[in-house]
Amino acid sequence: MWQTCALSLLVFTGASQFALVGALAAGGNPLTAAAGAFFLGVRNAFYGLRLSQSLALPRAVRPFAAQWVIDETAAVSLAQPGRRAARIGFGVTGLTLYVLWNLTTLLGALGAEAIGDTDAWGLDAAGPAVFLALLAPMLKTTAERAVAGLAVLLGLGLLPVLPSGVPVLAAALAAPVVLYFEGRRQAGRAADPAAGRVPTGEDER
Amino acid sequence: MNIWIAIGATALGCYAVKLAGLLVPAGVLERPLVRRFAALLPVALLAALTAQQTFADGHALVLDARAAGLAAAVVALVLRAPFLLVVAVAVGVTAGVRALGG
Repeated sequence: MWQTCALSLLVFTGASQFALVGALAAGGNPLTAAAGAFFLGVRNAFYGLRLSQSLALPRAVRPFAAQWVIDETAAVSLAQPGRRAARIGFGVTGLTLYVLWNLTTLLGALGAEAIGDTDAWGLDAAGPAVFLALLAPMLKTTAERAVAGLAVLLGLGLLPVLPSGVPVLAAALAAPVVLYFEGRRQAGRAADPAAGRVPTGEDER
Repeated sequence: MNIWIAIGATALGCYAVKLAGLLVPAGVLERPLVRRFAALLPVALLAALTAQQTFADGHALVLDARAAGLAAAVVALVLRAPFLLVVAVAVGVTAGVRALGG
C-alpha cells in the first residue's frame, strides 16, 4: 500500500505508473519494468518544452514546476491565451490533479485490501482497458495504426521467449521502424514528382 | 525491496524528463523527426501493454474473460464513451464472464 502511494506521489504520470505495476505484477525485473515506465514518460519532456515557452518560469522555480508537467496541465496551459492565464491554468490544474490523484490512490489502495480477490471482480481487465483508452485517441493516421499493430505483434510474439518486461521494450522498436519507412516513402515521393505529389507552401515561392 | 528499486528508478527517470523539457533549449527537441518519434513511442508501448495484459498469463498466451472485457471496451470506445465508463465496462464484462464460468 505504501508503495502504491509512493508511486503516485513521486512519479505522478499515470501511464508510467500503470505500466510499472503491470510489469512488476507479471514478474518482471525491476529495472526493465522501470525502463518501460520511463519511455512512456518521455512525452512529458515535449510538454515541458512547449510549456517553458508559454509559462516563461524563472529558472529557480522550474525544478518545482517540473513534477506537474503532465498531459492534463499541458493541455490546459497551452489552451490559454496569455502568459498570466497559462500560469494560473498550470498552477490550478497541477495542484488539483496532484491532490486528487494522490487521495484517490490512497482510497484505491485501502479499497483493494478490503476487496481481497481482485480478479473475481474483473479488476485485472482495468489495466489493459486504461491503456486502450489512452491509446485510442492517438490512432489518428495510418502511421500510428501501423506502429500499434506492429507493437502488438512484437509484444505478444516475443512474450513466450524473452524475460518478463523485455517484450514491451522490444515492441517500442515499432516506432523507429515505421518512422523509417514513412521517411523512405516521403523521400521517394520527393524524388519522383509525378507520383502523387502534395502541393506545399514551397511551391508558391 | 525490488519494488522500491523500480519505484525509485521510475520516479527519478520520469522527473528527469519532465525537468529536461523545461530546461533544454528549444532547438534540440524541436526537430520534426524527434517530435514524430516522441509521438509514436507511446503508441507502440501502450499497444504492446494492452495486448500483453489482455492475453498474457506469465509467459503463455491465453484467451480468457479479459479478452471479452477488452472487446467490450473497444465497443465503448467506438461509441465515444468517456474514459471511466470504458474501464468500468471492461471490468464489468470480465467479472460477468468469469462468474458465468468463462
